[in-house]
Amino acid sequence: MRSITVIGLILLGSAAALTQPMPAAPADPAPPPVQPPGLVTAMDTPNDAGNSISVDWRPSPDEAQGLVEGYVVYRSESAEAPESLWTRVGYVPYGLNQSRDQSVPENGMDFFYRVRVVSRLGASAVSQASNPARSSEQWYNSMRTNALIASLLFVAIVVYFITMAQKGQHLFVRRIAGLSAVEEAVGRATEMGRPILFVPGLSSISDVATIAALNILGQVAKKTAEYDTPLLVPNRDPVVYTVAQEVVKEAYSEIGRPDAYNHDSVFYLTDSQMGFASGVDGIMTRERPATNFFMGMFWAESLILAETGAATGAIQIAGTDAIHQLPFFITACDYTLIGEELYAASAYLARDPKLLGTLKGQDWSKALIVLLLVAGLALSLINPGVRGFILNILTVG
Amino acid sequence: MIFSTNPWVWVAAILTLCIFSFLYRENPFYRFAEHLFVGVSAGYGVAVYFNNAIMPNLYVPVFVHHDYLFIIPGLIGMMFFFRFSSKLGFLILIPLAMLLGMSSGMGIAPTIQADIIRQMQSTIGDATSAGQGGWALVWGIVTFIGVIATLSYFFFSREQKGALKVSANIGIWFIMIGFGASFGNTVMARISLLIGRVQFLLTDWIHIIK
Repeated sequence: MRSITVIGLILLGSAAALTQPMPAAPADPAPPPVQPPGLVTAMDTPNDAGNSISVDWRPSPDEAQGLVEGYVVYRSESAEAPESLWTRVGYVPYGLNQSRDQSVPENGMDFFYRVRVVSRLGASAVSQASNPARSSEQWYNSMRTNALIASLLFVAIVVYFITMAQKGQHLFVRRIAGLSAVEEAVGRATEMGRPILFVPGLSSISDVATIAALNILGQVAKKTAEYDTPLLVPNRDPVVYTVAQEVVKEAYSEIGRPDAYNHDSVFYLTDSQMGFASGVDGIMTRERPATNFFMGMFWAESLILAETGAATGAIQIAGTDAIHQLPFFITACDYTLIGEELYAASAYLARDPKLLGTLKGQDWSKALIVLLLVAGLALSLINPGVRGFILNILTVG
Repeated sequence: MIFSTNPWVWVAAILTLCIFSFLYRENPFYRFAEHLFVGVSAGYGVAVYFNNAIMPNLYVPVFVHHDYLFIIPGLIGMMFFFRFSSKLGFLILIPLAMLLGMSSGMGIAPTIQADIIRQMQSTIGDATSAGQGGWALVWGIVTFIGVIATLSYFFFSREQKGALKVSANIGIWFIMIGFGASFGNTVMARISLLIGRVQFLLTDWIHIIK
């Protein structure tokens, strides 16, 4: 009974409180002001193709108190332009005090910049206009001097070895395991009376792996011409298709059997990656080639192709420089040329002085890289001050 | 089980099942789906090439903006059609040479930059990052050894004997460990593709999954 009375009193009190007039809600106070950024400097972005100006500024003194949310960068053609003529060109969060305007409408024309600081509480303050700056394009990127030197050095080494090879000097290249299987694979197909399937990758002609694959195709085509073994070369890229046709035709002519060349042996399937994979799968299961070559650049279709080929019982030789596809070829194929072995294979089989010289040049460039790495490590360990210098000269922009 | 009433879902589902039938063996259903896929994608590819290459790079600049310089690359591209001529077929070597030369020239510098110089910087930087200490330094040194050993595996100018053989063998271990990790990672991605297809069948087609 007593508790009911207490509850009743509480309810009465609440009702009384509700009936009393509410105090008027206070108006939102204006956010505390924030101090604008300091000196704003604008300059042409160095080592670029123009239409870009880099802007930096002294951060607002309020940033140290954690009051700043970010900075908005504005551009105008005049320092005295009214507010409406300042175009917003960037925003950076607090902690950063530089921005790059990559939408400069015209090179060689003066532009001014202002930076507005925005506080966490919604206040903002704008800086003074920057100095005038005009964008321009540079014909030489000085941050890539190291790449230029390395390229020239590499080219010089390659040219030297090509010259040596053309003069008839014997250039030794060690045997690569997968290549020994090529002859065996062609022989097997001949004995079984079945065709050889050669897929020159799915990439374009500008891919190094495709060019290496076409070199190998030339050598394989010579053997199929010699043994009169049918050859199937499906293509995904129209240009690669054209080149592959020429390569095979030339191989048959070189062997002295142009009449044995079948124009339909090199054909175009489709540009679609998975459409191509399904097409090649169908060919493998219907034509049942005795040997499958997968050379060149491959993507997600690599396992689909290699797995189907393995299921048909074909000998499979793969070669690619696609790092993510190599594990699939290694598991599903009999022989796999890993990365640079693909390029070496084309040089080894073709015995062309240019290819051999290039391979040798690459080899000695690698030796030079190893030497530089060891020297760099040793110098960095002996004198830690040198470390920064070495890392700096290896920085590319 | 409530089947979809959308005819296009039915088309997609039936074609998916036709492709999956390849898991049993090559059969007429798979062959139908395969030929349809190849044919449709080849036709679609022609339309894509026309709209993405010929229209913006030849038709619009020449006929809309009257920038006649674009006719030159257009003519060079058209030289590919000389392959249909037995007498002038050799002329396709001109666009091919331009294509190969340009792509090689444009590719050398970025390759040297990204694949050689930056890698060298990281290799030396990680192996000498004494400031970080502990495991970071250990992994830096392991990476350094891995780089040297792997490079030695791809050295073709000498027989793999003696020290080179030891180094190359260490290198192939590093390569295989890397491939193992990559294999697992990629298989996961492929499984997700299969899951996506099965989800389509169960969700959009027969509505078992809501």
